[in-house]
Amino acid sequence: MTRYVRRAAAFCVLLLVALLVNTARLQVLQAPSYGGNPANRRLAIARYERPRGEILVGGRPVTGSRDTGEQLRYERTYSEGPLYAPVTGFASQRYGTTFLEHAEDAVLSGTDPMLASFPLLAAAGRSRRAGGDVVTTIDPAAQRAAFAALGPRKGAVAAVEPATGRILALVSTPSYDPAELSGNGPAVAAAWARLTSDPDQPLLNRAVRQTYPPGSTFKVVTAAAALESGVVTDLDARTDSPDPYRLPGSTTRLVNEGGGCRDASLRHAFTWSCNTVFAKLGVDVGATVMKETAERFGFNELGLRIPFWVARSTFDPTEDRAQLALSSIGQFNTRATPLQMAMVAAAVAGGGQVPAPYLVERITRPGGAVVATAGSRPLRQVMSPATAARLRELMYDVVAEGTGRNAAIPGAVVGGKTGTAQHGVGNSGTPYAWFISWAQGERDVVPRVAVAVVVEDASARRGDISGGGTAAPVARAVMEAVLRTPPAR
Amino acid sequence: MLTPVTRVAAADQAAPATARLPRRRGVELALLVVAVLLSVYGYCAVGLAKYGTVPPGAAGYGAGLGGLALLAHCAVRLRAPYADPLPLPIGVLLNGLGLVLIYRLDLETPGESAAPAQLVWSTLGVALFTLVVLVLRDHRWLQRYCYLWGAAALALLTLPILFPAINGARIWMRLGGLSIQPGEFAKVLLAVFFAAYLADHRNALAYTGRQVWRLQLPTGRVLGPVVAIWLLSVGVLVLERDLGTSLLFFGLFVVMLYVATGRTGWIAVGLLLAAAGAVAVGWLEPHVHSRVQEWLHPFASVEAGRGPGQVAQSLFSFAAGGVLGTGLGLGHSILVGFAAKSDFILATAGEELGLAGLSAVFLLYALLVERGFRAGLVLRDPFGRLLAVGLAAIVALQVFVIAGGVTGLIPLTGMAMPFLAQGGSSVVTNWTIVALLIRVSHVARRQYDGRPAP
Repeated sequence: MTRYVRRAAAFCVLLLVALLVNTARLQVLQAPSYGGNPANRRLAIARYERPRGEILVGGRPVTGSRDTGEQLRYERTYSEGPLYAPVTGFASQRYGTTFLEHAEDAVLSGTDPMLASFPLLAAAGRSRRAGGDVVTTIDPAAQRAAFAALGPRKGAVAAVEPATGRILALVSTPSYDPAELSGNGPAVAAAWARLTSDPDQPLLNRAVRQTYPPGSTFKVVTAAAALESGVVTDLDARTDSPDPYRLPGSTTRLVNEGGGCRDASLRHAFTWSCNTVFAKLGVDVGATVMKETAERFGFNELGLRIPFWVARSTFDPTEDRAQLALSSIGQFNTRATPLQMAMVAAAVAGGGQVPAPYLVERITRPGGAVVATAGSRPLRQVMSPATAARLRELMYDVVAEGTGRNAAIPGAVVGGKTGTAQHGVGNSGTPYAWFISWAQGERDVVPRVAVAVVVEDASARRGDISGGGTAAPVARAVMEAVLRTPPAR
Repeated sequence: MLTPVTRVAAADQAAPATARLPRRRGVELALLVVAVLLSVYGYCAVGLAKYGTVPPGAAGYGAGLGGLALLAHCAVRLRAPYADPLPLPIGVLLNGLGLVLIYRLDLETPGESAAPAQLVWSTLGVALFTLVVLVLRDHRWLQRYCYLWGAAALALLTLPILFPAINGARIWMRLGGLSIQPGEFAKVLLAVFFAAYLADHRNALAYTGRQVWRLQLPTGRVLGPVVAIWLLSVGVLVLERDLGTSLLFFGLFVVMLYVATGRTGWIAVGLLLAAAGAVAVGWLEPHVHSRVQEWLHPFASVEAGRGPGQVAQSLFSFAAGGVLGTGLGLGHSILVGFAAKSDFILATAGEELGLAGLSAVFLLYALLVERGFRAGLVLRDPFGRLLAVGLAAIVALQVFVIAGGVTGLIPLTGMAMPFLAQGGSSVVTNWTIVALLIRVSHVARRQYDGRPAP
């Protein structure tokens, strides 16, 4: 019997070994794949078990966290949700994250090993740290001014600091309150359904994710190409341009809104926005050079991140010269985001150089210790300083005596360019009102701000829409707000 | 226990032949203190992790568990002084750990707390332990009422059929506010019956009957009663849809039959029966069929978009524990949902104590089983040997069936993890098993006089 007892015991040992081996397999080998399984709620629980880091504007957090006491514990709150929605985006337990909440998620949720005192140790371990804070470059005064100036109209504003590329304002209207999407209850689902089905698309960030035909504001690029390539050498010399201008190889005649455009000088044509002159200039410069110049301004660039991605602005003329003529005045298939047009203004204001735009000044640990800063960005040489100086002169004239007089600020040097872009089949859509500009205060050494404003206002009467009338006052409000505050450094 | 044995054997040369093993009650007491302290530490760790303070009931909990342990220890000291010093501390530690885990899960389900009831049941269990240790002077007394135990086991198994099904299984009896699982008690009675019957008839079973090829098949006359009892119990269980216990009874039967007769023919017959039974049940019972499917494809419901099922949640829990575990009170095994405190209690242990803690728990069970087999080896009466082996096999099989089920090794069958899981009947039964092991080990070690057992 002893032998059989021993064999029975051996059988039990076998069972024990099977259990231990299987448990080791489960807890060691399978652990990573099971832990990462999207059906495993532990991921979400860990993510929301501590307050999210904050997004700061002007030194103050515009976000917060609310302890719900539920399984997914902390919910996002926003102090001025609609105002900063294009910057922060939302952080929803149900619908994910967008914009800064998305791009800086690792920092905000505390998974970024950079936040730890000993990053290598932290990467090896699995404890989550408290979320870090994201300090933005946004100037709250400029942001508020832009939001208020757009008011109930549909549109967007992007403002940057030309010398550094810091984004000072990023506004898109109509906006929404991201706090409505924070949790995962039925109210959130209802808000999501309402926002996504709204024909005005409040969730769309028009400043960086929507491209518009830039219209006459693109003439800055065309003028730069003409000056850089030597097609125009003297701002005040007559250009050989008819009015109306018959597009090459077609019977379409291009006309102007104002008069005095026949053989007008570049200065006059720019000040009064002569379509005929710039369409012909574009053709004279040629598709290749036009495209090179536009690309130096940032057109056709894929993958710009600020740190969330920005829609690609396009300038892609075909061999067809009629289309090149239209592309050169910001029509046909030329499209730009408001941020891209702000960078065009910034390139002029910055003396031909422009750094890549950015939105995050620095990242800090919860205590305030800085773990990363934006640092100095590489400058992009867009054009020669001489060309930039001449374009500044042209843009100054637009505000001083031309179509952009509504943007003038007493005591400041302001340059701008209006645009009224046709769109829709047969130009049937309500035109987009554009204005891009820069401003330099009395005591400033260099321009402090470059702005692009687009207003798509379906309610206004078609005849009343113009860059100078509709968009320029918005730009002025933003520039004034920036100039009013003393320089940061 | 090899070292003392050899030491005594060596000392036997000089000492008189009446030399006996040391009693080792002091060791038992020391281990009990360790077991109680570990449990109280776990209780405090849960409170510290959840609320940052030691839970208010820690002292009372420690005192309660310590008191129970002391009571049991005194009973052993009084009536079974030669008993193996390990089973009691292992029982206290596992029971204490079970209370900690249930208390920890109670914090996640504010509406229904199970730990106080479990403590009451544990007290009852220890009381029964004490009673058995005090009253049962010699385990051979049980052998006399062989058929009584068999009948009692059957009666207990049949009773719940008269009561309404709970969660699809008719294994509970609701009496007032208490729900009792009589099948749990039947386990011990059945083990006693098998041991008594096989001890009486093992020679007939082993040496009569006809030879088929190399297998010795037993005669129908001896085999009849055993197979009848077994068939009845298994049939009742299939009717009650409690397949875990059914599997356990079957395994117990085969193991004890093999140990009693040493005939591999029994194993062949047993395996054949098992295979036939498994196929038939898997075919006929949709309940069982779905369990097998869930075992084969634990993530099928995830892929179908219906979220993780219970087995998948259990696997997630174990995986989340990793090697060292999240720490008591810091896991999310409550996601398992229904039966998290009973059948799936091991998921909490796996997540919060990790592979390290889980291995320790398995080894504690293994040690308990080993002590049972050890007593079986040392005892000289066949009934005692079979009883010890049977009790050890119950623990081993039960742990394997439920632990294997929740870790995805075998299909899940509802069963209580001995001592750890919520369930009053189970705790009381397990304390009875430990009490019987104490009794037989006392006899085994007392009678041991230095000569090897036959």
